[in-house]
Amino acid sequence: MSADFLYGIEVVLNGLMAGVLYALVALGFVLIFKASGIFNFAQGVMALFAALTLVGIMEGQVPFAHLINAVFGTNIHHFGWQVPAILAIFLTVLVMIAFAWAVQHFVFRHLVGQEPIILFMATIGLAYFLEGVGDLMWGSSIRTLALGLPQGGSLWVEEMTNGLGGDDFYGFFIDKLDMVATLVALVLVAGLVAFAQYTKQGRAMRAVADDHQAALSVGISLSYIWVLVWSLAGIVALVAGVMWGAKSGVQFSLSLIALKALPVLMLGGFTSIPGAIVGGMIIGVGEKLFEYTIGAPYLGGATENWFAYMLALVFLVFRPQGLFGERIIERV
Amino acid sequence: MPDSKETLLEVNNIEVIYNHVILVLKGVSLNVPKGGITALLGGNGAGKTTTLKAISNLLHSERGEVTKGSVIYRGEPVHHLSPEALVKKGVVQVMEGRHCFEHLTIEENLLTGAYTRRDGGAAVAADLEMVYTYFPRLKERRKSQAGYTSGGEQQMCAIGRALMSRPETILLDEPSMGLAPQLVEEIFTIVKNLNENEGVSFLLAEQNTNVALRFAHQGYILESGRVVMEGPAAELRENPDVKEFYLGMSDEGRKSFRDVRSYRRRKRWLA
Ligand SMILES: Nc1ncnc2c1ncn2[C@@H]1O[C@H](COP(=O)(O)OP(=O)(O)OP(=O)(O)O)[C@@H](O)[C@H]1O
Ligand SMILES: [Mg+2]
Repeated sequence: MSADFLYGIEVVLNGLMAGVLYALVALGFVLIFKASGIFNFAQGVMALFAALTLVGIMEGQVPFAHLINAVFGTNIHHFGWQVPAILAIFLTVLVMIAFAWAVQHFVFRHLVGQEPIILFMATIGLAYFLEGVGDLMWGSSIRTLALGLPQGGSLWVEEMTNGLGGDDFYGFFIDKLDMVATLVALVLVAGLVAFAQYTKQGRAMRAVADDHQAALSVGISLSYIWVLVWSLAGIVALVAGVMWGAKSGVQFSLSLIALKALPVLMLGGFTSIPGAIVGGMIIGVGEKLFEYTIGAPYLGGATENWFAYMLALVFLVFRPQGLFGERIIERV
Repeated sequence: MPDSKETLLEVNNIEVIYNHVILVLKGVSLNVPKGGITALLGGNGAGKTTTLKAISNLLHSERGEVTKGSVIYRGEPVHHLSPEALVKKGVVQVMEGRHCFEHLTIEENLLTGAYTRRDGGAAVAADLEMVYTYFPRLKERRKSQAGYTSGGEQQMCAIGRALMSRPETILLDEPSMGLAPQLVEEIFTIVKNLNENEGVSFLLAEQNTNVALRFAHQGYILESGRVVMEGPAAELRENPDVKEFYLGMSDEGRKSFRDVRSYRRRKRWLA
């Protein structure tokens, strides 16, 4: 096999792994959109907030320290303890569930039956509110996430694949963190699908996605299901935030990963879990491969910023409901 | 005919307003006796669906509101309860137009009906079998997505789903809608069997007066948000007004609809 071809494969592999992260963020959108018709603009900020909260808890930071000190004239910043990662993750999940409950209780409960555009506006407000709360709780400096996730290229993969090509090929370079992220994402997605498919609450969630009125009529509480999907979206956001944060630090720009999920949704459809996953992969691989084959050699590089949107746009023109957009069942 | 005359559900003079301005029910009262089939009849827009939703508390999500009167179930006021709480009390609605969860299979649809139950998987599984014995067709199609089944099968699915909550009372809205006469007959026969064998009481909203009055024990006729006539089904079937306007038969040839109606109505109101 020629070295060029093998490097092409490496690009595809790396693209797939980047795609997994895009897919994760898109998945958060799909969960909420399917169950409530709300396009949650705050999904990216939720990922940032979750990652910040995780770091804050792990480092034993006092939440709202600045505020507390300003009001009471104290000077506290840390509790002086470190929280083990597992416990911190568990606590962060609880925080995300509390957030989901608050969103339902203080915002969407009062907006039942409103136009989608109004719900969308509410999530924009929510995004900025959450960003502010994140700042206030944990400060706005760039944080590193010390979860002890492996970093750097995998020597093992490199050595295993070294012999595939000629002298010009040194084996695949694959980031260990990407491998972990992919694995975690796969487990998460499998878990979510199993939950939706085989549990009572998951079934109720799908029922609500199909028909709100009918769900009410059999005694399913919509607000309960909505808290549930926002909690799941919060957990997905946490995972995405952790993976992204481990790569490039926990900082404001993390909330912009939401922008990466948009073309994924355009491609995969807003209501399809498989669509989010496959869409994420296509975007991930597409942008890396485009950069490798055309972008870098001919267009001066940095095509990754816009390629996804271009691809999605072309796609939209031909298949507006997305790749897997839920088939609209048409019969009486 | 039910022997006991115990009243299960009592609707007292309720008024319903949509969107804060549209007055749709103008004082509707009715009683549903335990163990009976009660028909709620009337033409398009008479307010049948609104009445059922006022009872099951599904109005809220449609921006409708009960502004007067009360709904009493087993002697307890229930109009402040959530639909969920009402299902737990044994009152479940089968909505007009079936409203199956179309991307769920038939069996999953039925299982969602058991959502509020806390009596364990074995009891639910037993009831699933019970539903399949009443609706053998559903058993055949249990792995199909509900959206791809026929209208009749969807109606059966909707009724079966309601049964899965182990209800005492089913509010059944227009089960005949869009179905061939033979299928309507089949569904009403099953309703009758459920009533007789499982002891489920029905409040049945129908435009198809003919079929409804054959299967019901008693009926109410609704016109523009008011009950204009009530009585045992057999009596309503013989009533000349009902015959003429709802059953489409007349002894005296065709007359101007409006004349006759307003005249007779006046008579009815003055009497
Ligand atoms: N959500 C709503 N908002 C405003 N008006 C409504 C709403 N739902 C129903 N109405 C009005 O209330 C009246 C009664 O409607 P309802 O659906 O209860 O009639 P119905 O007897 O069930 O008729 P049908 O036999 O056609 O189903 C109609 O005039 C209808 O236009
Ligand atoms: Mg109706």
